[in-house]
Amino acid sequence: MSKELPISLRVNGQLQRFFAPAHWTLLEVLRYRLNLTGSKQGCDKGDCGACTVLVKGKPVLSCLALIGQIAQDDVLTIEGLAQPTKLHPVQDAFDECGALQCGFCQSGMMMSAVALLEENKEPTVQEINEALGGNLCRCTGYTKIIEAVQVAAKTLKEEDVSGETL
Amino acid sequence: MSTKVRGEGPVDSRERTTVVNQGRAEAQWDIEEDRSVRAEISSPPGGGIIGKGLRKVEGASKAIGRAIYADDITRPGMLHGKILRSPHAHARIKGIDVSDALALEGVEAVITGADLPGKYGIIPWTHDETALAQEKVLFVGDEVAAVAAIDEDTANAALRLIKVEYEVLEAIYDPQEALANADNKINEFAKRGNITKRVALDFGDVDAALEASACVVEEDYFFCGNTHAPIEPHCTVAEFEPRSRNGQGQLTVWSSTQIPHYLHRELSRVLGLSPSRVRVIQPVLGGAFGGKSDPFSLEFCAAKLAMTTGRPVKFLFTREEVFYAHRGRHPMEMKFEVGCDNMGKIKGVRSQILIDGGAYASYGLVTAYYSGQLLTGPYHFPNYAFDSTRVYTNKPPCGPKRGHGSVQPRFAFEVALDEVATQLGIDPVEIRRLNYQGESTQTVNGQRITSNGFDMCLDSVEKASDWKKRHGKLPRGKGLGIVGSMYISGTNYPIYPNTMPQAAIQLQLDRSGKVTVFTGASDIGQGSDSVVAYIVCEELGCELEDVRVVAADTDLCPVDLGAYSSRVTFMIGNACIDAAKKLRKKIQEAVGEFWELPPKQVALAGGFALHIKDTGRSIPLREAFQLAESKFGTLGSVGSYNTPKLGGDYRGGTIGASPAYSFTAHVAEVDVDEETGIIEVNKIWVAHDCGRALNPVLVEGQMEGSAYMGFAEAFMEEHVFYEEGIPAGLHKGPSLLDYRIPTSEDTPELEALIVESFDPEGPYGAKEAGEGPLHPSIPAIANAVYDAVGIRLRRMPFSPSSVLRLLNEQEG
Repeated sequence: MSKELPISLRVNGQLQRFFAPAHWTLLEVLRYRLNLTGSKQGCDKGDCGACTVLVKGKPVLSCLALIGQIAQDDVLTIEGLAQPTKLHPVQDAFDECGALQCGFCQSGMMMSAVALLEENKEPTVQEINEALGGNLCRCTGYTKIIEAVQVAAKTLKEEDVSGETL
Repeated sequence: MSTKVRGEGPVDSRERTTVVNQGRAEAQWDIEEDRSVRAEISSPPGGGIIGKGLRKVEGASKAIGRAIYADDITRPGMLHGKILRSPHAHARIKGIDVSDALALEGVEAVITGADLPGKYGIIPWTHDETALAQEKVLFVGDEVAAVAAIDEDTANAALRLIKVEYEVLEAIYDPQEALANADNKINEFAKRGNITKRVALDFGDVDAALEASACVVEEDYFFCGNTHAPIEPHCTVAEFEPRSRNGQGQLTVWSSTQIPHYLHRELSRVLGLSPSRVRVIQPVLGGAFGGKSDPFSLEFCAAKLAMTTGRPVKFLFTREEVFYAHRGRHPMEMKFEVGCDNMGKIKGVRSQILIDGGAYASYGLVTAYYSGQLLTGPYHFPNYAFDSTRVYTNKPPCGPKRGHGSVQPRFAFEVALDEVATQLGIDPVEIRRLNYQGESTQTVNGQRITSNGFDMCLDSVEKASDWKKRHGKLPRGKGLGIVGSMYISGTNYPIYPNTMPQAAIQLQLDRSGKVTVFTGASDIGQGSDSVVAYIVCEELGCELEDVRVVAADTDLCPVDLGAYSSRVTFMIGNACIDAAKKLRKKIQEAVGEFWELPPKQVALAGGFALHIKDTGRSIPLREAFQLAESKFGTLGSVGSYNTPKLGGDYRGGTIGASPAYSFTAHVAEVDVDEETGIIEVNKIWVAHDCGRALNPVLVEGQMEGSAYMGFAEAFMEEHVFYEEGIPAGLHKGPSLLDYRIPTSEDTPELEALIVESFDPEGPYGAKEAGEGPLHPSIPAIANAVYDAVGIRLRRMPFSPSSVLRLLNEQEG
């Protein structure tokens, strides 16, 4: 049994205080301590991207981030994206466009897409491909995912114009 | 033929084009005696749902990360299991000592082969594996012992304390060697040497046909092994509840399986529990592609350890273990002879195929058949013979990967056919058009073809790719290739012989206006839960949000045989229509009585019951359900589907017999860099005859995903092993970094072109879309490379070095 560290972490806007083994990754903490199972473990070594979450707004492979490295930071997971009664435009577009087949890679994929659209309001197909290049999908051939990101970009832009918040 | 643009795509620039068969559906009824029944089944009643790009029923739960996959399940007091695997490719187990492992604090139980001696296998005739090795291990990664402990770290530590004494045996990795070394038996189950199955079938007189051919291409082809690599690793949670002092207790297994029914049967058999005491639940599944359609060691180990410890046990494979579980694409060495007359008409085809099976049979008996049986379309073969042999080798077992058994010979045949076209000076699209077998016909091996939109598929890709203007006319280094294919929509041969339905549905309506669908079908991401919901909405007029789908739970749902052989939409769709029609009739009758109208004048659509002649007269569907509940009592119905009797009248004639076949054509466009040998695929046009697109967005998703997977196999994926040195038999790259699968940046543009031929027996005319569209990807790329630089790629994968070698030979 390795030593447990006291951790305080803001996850999806909420401050969480708990103990976790020092060798645990952020993914293990999310899944096994906080019961936030939306972030997936596909490889546990940073190859597939299914565990992608945002730390301080940047996409991070949570299976490679030791919990001690990101303590005190703001973490956003797929569970923190939607409003209580409304999907985030990225989630809504993925659902609408048929980008969600088995869905296993998609929470990581959507988090990468959210990070992209925060920085780039009108990404080209090439830019979308690059931004999602670290997230493997085995079902879709990526076609519907790229469409979904384009649709989400459009919705976000419209919401921006109309002054609506996410 | 007409082309129609359907709806508005989600992106402005995008048009969805669907080629629709006109005036064909009528002709098809003639081939079946009970056509009136089928005609009725094949037309949607007007609920306005079929053909729309609706969302999936579980889409929102996946979008918010709340869908529960197997590894998301935690049970009170749950233990974690791990499997000890063999470091040797072929060895006899002389002894196992688990005492140190058992003594480790936190370890609750350790089991070995002696605890799970029951033999199993997906095919009842080839029970050749056990959950844990009995006397021998047959590949690096074969399962030896299993541990249940309080956490994964403790379980892993316990594995290191298990002492196994091995007597290392000579391993065989090459299928030719396996064939030649009959005395070095790999799997004791084999009756003759190392052969799992040999199938040799002869139709017509191939010798005479080839003799009489104006052009015969005879070549060797090689298709390398590759694996499914679903992003979700296999995971199982098992829990055992002792019920009473004398009772057997009840076992519940949540598993990432695409065959809950077969798993249920095998668990019950191997563990010696009555099937009524075993419950298998398939949670949301994170991809499968055939890779989760066998019973796996972790399922038996989790169950056994749950029974031993009395506590729930979870096993989650590491990514490395997924590569050992494998059951992926069989490597095949293929010799093909294709003979045509001087016009390009096929006269005879012969193949000889050696199939590298790995250590266990899995679906191998079927693979041997499928490698020959599924080639007899979309072209007419007047004479055909195949001789396929599957052998055991000391490698992870191969099995069914998307397009099971038929992707490999399709590659070989389509490259050979292209070569015939070149030799005869015929346009490759025209040789395929010329040999199109047509609809309402029978193949040389006795398979019944009903609908067949292959001609429309060819038209579609030819037009979309501007083939006539560009093929053979692009600058050197650029090329186009075309290929056609056929695949089954389910098979009439259930895995264990029985005459019960292959698919079944139970519906429950209640006075709240809600409809619950109980289906045994496995949604593996392809959307089967949604398909049954769409059908219920179409038939009963309800809205999608008022339908709940309870699926793939053997305690709650009627049996469905599983997500394999592209059977789901066709079979569960028909079962669902059957069940829904019965309820529809009752509701129409009750509302008709209330309105004093004939039931037929009551329409159900958009959440209302309406008078078809008077649009002002309507009641919410909820009230219609209440009227029906008052009249008939509690409302429910069942529906089922079984295939008609099909297949050729010879041994094996039913294997590959399907109630309907789907057809596909691809055009691939490539750039070949002659300096580096790198092939870049710019675009693949995919036209697929899915019968009818119940939801075009889901159909496109299957077509795009298939084309992507074929592309991936052609270039990047190779399941290979060290054959020498200390780690002999070890997988060369059991990770998603070393086993490269395409990212969004690698994947070419894919354009899905839906073709609808309205199958007379499919649900509203639908056929499969999930596997067929993979087949042409690989040969289409090979044929495009020929068009670009004049070399024939006959061995996979298409690596830069193989391209350069062929280019050098060309210069020489």
